[in-house]
Amino acid sequence: MVHWSVTRIVALVVTCVGILGGATALASAAHAAEDQPAGLVQGFLRDLAGNPVPGVDVTATDTAGFSGIGTSDEAGRWEVKVPGAGTYTVELDEETLPDGVAAPTKNPIDNVVVTGSTRTVLFTLGERERTLTSKWDQAAQLSVEGLRFGLIIALAAVGLSLIYGTTGLTNFAHGEIITFGAVITWWLNVTLGIPFILAAILGVVLSGAFGFVNDQALWKPLRKRQTGLIAMMIVSIGLALALQNIFLIFFGGASRPFGAFETQAGIEMGPVSLTPKDMAAMTIAAIVLTLAGLALLKTRFGKATRAVSDNPALAASSGIDVERVILVVWVVGAALAGLGGILQGLTQQVFPLLGAQSLLLIFAAVTLGGLGTAFGALVGSILVGLFINLSTLIPGMTPELKNVGALLLLIVVLMVRPQGILGRRSRVG
Amino acid sequence: MDWGFIFTASVSYALGALTVAYCLAAIGLNLQFGYTGLLNFGQAAFLASAGYGMAVMVTTFELSFWVGITVGLLATLALALLLGLPTLRLRADYLAIVTIAAAEVVRLVVRSVKFKETLGGSDGLQQFANRFYELSPLSDGFGINFGPFLFSNQELWVMIVGWSLVALFSLITFLLARSPWGRILKGIREDEDAVRSLGKNVYWYKMQALMLGAMMAGFGGFIIGIFFNAVSPDIYATALTFAIYTILILGGAARVAGPILGAILFGFLFQFVNVTLSEAVNADYITFLDSSQTAQIRLVLVGAGLMLLMIYRPQGILGDRREIALDAR
Amino acid sequence: MPADSADTTDAADTTVAVGETTSRKEVATAALADVAREPGAAKPDPVLVADGIVRRFGGLTAVNVDHVEVQRGAITALIGPNGAGKTTFFNLLTGFDKPDDGTWSFNERPLNGVPPFRVARMGMVRTFQLTKVLSKLTVIENMRLGATGQRGERLFFGLIPPLWRSQERDITARADDLLARFNLDSKRAEFAGSLSGGQRKLLEMARALMVEPELVMLDEPMAGVNPALTQSLLGHVKDLREQGMTVLFVEHDMDMVRDISDWVIVMAQGAVIAEGPPLEVMSDQRVIDAYLGAHHDLSLAEVAAEEGIDAPELLGTHDSTPSPKDAS
Repeated sequence: MVHWSVTRIVALVVTCVGILGGATALASAAHAAEDQPAGLVQGFLRDLAGNPVPGVDVTATDTAGFSGIGTSDEAGRWEVKVPGAGTYTVELDEETLPDGVAAPTKNPIDNVVVTGSTRTVLFTLGERERTLTSKWDQAAQLSVEGLRFGLIIALAAVGLSLIYGTTGLTNFAHGEIITFGAVITWWLNVTLGIPFILAAILGVVLSGAFGFVNDQALWKPLRKRQTGLIAMMIVSIGLALALQNIFLIFFGGASRPFGAFETQAGIEMGPVSLTPKDMAAMTIAAIVLTLAGLALLKTRFGKATRAVSDNPALAASSGIDVERVILVVWVVGAALAGLGGILQGLTQQVFPLLGAQSLLLIFAAVTLGGLGTAFGALVGSILVGLFINLSTLIPGMTPELKNVGALLLLIVVLMVRPQGILGRRSRVG
Repeated sequence: MDWGFIFTASVSYALGALTVAYCLAAIGLNLQFGYTGLLNFGQAAFLASAGYGMAVMVTTFELSFWVGITVGLLATLALALLLGLPTLRLRADYLAIVTIAAAEVVRLVVRSVKFKETLGGSDGLQQFANRFYELSPLSDGFGINFGPFLFSNQELWVMIVGWSLVALFSLITFLLARSPWGRILKGIREDEDAVRSLGKNVYWYKMQALMLGAMMAGFGGFIIGIFFNAVSPDIYATALTFAIYTILILGGAARVAGPILGAILFGFLFQFVNVTLSEAVNADYITFLDSSQTAQIRLVLVGAGLMLLMIYRPQGILGDRREIALDAR
Repeated sequence: MPADSADTTDAADTTVAVGETTSRKEVATAALADVAREPGAAKPDPVLVADGIVRRFGGLTAVNVDHVEVQRGAITALIGPNGAGKTTFFNLLTGFDKPDDGTWSFNERPLNGVPPFRVARMGMVRTFQLTKVLSKLTVIENMRLGATGQRGERLFFGLIPPLWRSQERDITARADDLLARFNLDSKRAEFAGSLSGGQRKLLEMARALMVEPELVMLDEPMAGVNPALTQSLLGHVKDLREQGMTVLFVEHDMDMVRDISDWVIVMAQGAVIAEGPPLEVMSDQRVIDAYLGAHHDLSLAEVAAEEGIDAPELLGTHDSTPSPKDAS
């Protein structure tokens, strides 16, 4: 029994490493191509509508007298190689900005600390124009972006919620399934050169397989051993920490875009501007969520899943194969999370902490909706998405603090209604 | 590969200032999680609030070091109270989520540009602990040799104060664990409704455990800040909390000596892996990694270690399996 | 019987041997003799009074009690078919759950919004249907935990053993007495988790007595108890009355109810449908209907019509199974 489980855990880790193995080759190739500068300061310049701004010079200097310059390319990306770890000042040459794009609100940016790997510096362009748009227009744009984010995290939230519902596990490694989906798709797409759409489909399938391995190699044996839920929660934390750093080792710390749809011009619809890939991401997420919801409501399997969530012992005694339900929930939940990662990578970029960074917001969403209810997770996700975006309209609320608002909302809701918005109160005794 | 160097470097780290700080945080967590069963995943925030409380007073407001210590402690207690009020009524898993969220809120706020004037943004704050080093009775110089181990005078002073605090807090834990007060905590860990039905104010006891544990962790936050003479927000990420959990579980939860043994062993292994990998990379024994990746390898090992401990030896080295809060459903 | 030998050890107490009819029983019987045999009947000396208690779970009304009184110094049984809302009612009375509506008082002190620990300190202590012994504490530590007003339970006092040692000795002596009475003295140093189901019930009851309660509320004290222990448990419950305590207990075992209770309150579908002495209540047609009704929809509907409750609501309320809406 004990040895069996060790083998399985080793198998899980080996599978992870194996699937990611290809990425190593790529990471080292990338390093070689760039002649491995000791550090890299980089960033993206986009105007208000999200269009890249090319041909702008950016310089990085340090107090020791180093000065380097970079120019933004067609994708708006610029980079400056720096000699090593240290603190730099990064300045954008406002003279080189095209007409109609206002100077960044903060320029130069001081105290950019580089610690060996790549450091991303972002200039916010066109703040002057932004203040000209009305609050209502801003609210409309922010709502749509919030909806987009909400729909994408809902993909992961539904899986997290179903896993919690059927097994009681609060899975802190769920963020790493999201990252897995994004990273593996990036590897298939960019390293192997598989067309993005195909790579994304394969990415979803592999994420499902990753969920399968997770359950069969780790969680199922733990359930068999009757490991307590708190112990399992801590195991999931260990897994998250290990996976996160495995991703970092193989993928590197940088953010990288997929090989397709990297930059797109926004399409104006009234006050709202959205890129086609954003629209595609929202549509895909909405369709998949609807299908998942219908499957839960209408199919035999969906009913079995809800029965297991409600009362595993009762479900088992009425002839439902609980372990099979849990396995399918893991596979489907992981595939959904992987899809979420791919869509998030598409609308932003791929980086190894992609999932870890949204995990808390997903927890907030799931908890707001009521732990263990799939529909609550969906509602909670959209609320969180809307809330974090719209909260930036509040005077004094800066975008960097928007997640703080969502997390505080989580705490407040739990004070008022601990069972979440759609959850049921449970009985004592 | 210089195994002698690797060994002495690992032992020095295992007894050094950072290990002391981790140990203090683990002693606090032991009260909260080990004895009371509170799944506090926000321990990093208590280290941060103490460190930042001190740093802000001294560096930003140019007040004395002792004001800094006082404010740091008050900030930690206030944060514990603030965190505890809404969460201690919740189920264990909710408590975990909320505390981890609150810790992240603290980190995001201290690193924000908005409060950079006061809190220093992502660069943090520096140079607030000079007064502490002035108090050192050790003469100036290059430090003291203990056989092959060399500590700077500064670190030695931090270690003396730090290990004294460890001894004091361990004594407090020892006394409390055997008192009727500790009995209530253990009862809460088992089944808080039962304790409630016997007329104990469970909520208040949980709050006391949370605050006392937070205060002890706060001293860990002081030690880290003083040792670096700097605080910076990203030290206090969730990985810190999980390292503290690993220490506690490694040594043995609900055991007075658990955090001490856990911290020393963890410190040794952590540094051993680190130095060995760096040496191997530098000596070209390992060519597929660069030196910056060794830090990540260490964290992979911490994560895997935490998993394996939890699965195969949840009671750690010193613990009694019958007596820990891990089979709760 | 081991229980008898245990009883003889504390002869100084007012304790009387198991199964004997006693003065306190006569007092209780006499006091209740003239009480009306109807739901919500007024008692001559009520210790606990509840009014208009309503608790809904979603659309289901689990508890809807108009008025009920519990007589001081008597043993009152709360019976009813599965899903009648007995445990929920217990939870509401002791503060473990909050009603949507209603008021209730203990010794004329209102209990609305009073947290469970304070209810216990006022002298109203409960046990649980699923026994809640603290399995990783020893039996004696479980007992000591029950004592109230311990100096060492305060943080700073706890740090200094001399401040609480003497009190701890007294508490331990009292705990050992109770353990001996409940025949658990041989298990004193063992982890409570190692006890059998019946011993856990005994420990939980003994621990509740450490609080020195006025009203003891036992939620299914006989559930899962080895028949060999039943008699001794029954004896202990009667014993409580002999020591001047009031007992309110939930039970399914009708033999036990008939044997020890002075008064019976019957709940069905969340409401009190009948009250009276055990023998009278058990021959009451409404009670028989309520019990049989669980298997006969027609008579259940009749009960519902009589009590003015919607029949569908009755059918939906169950204690341990999920509500049909969710289980679909």
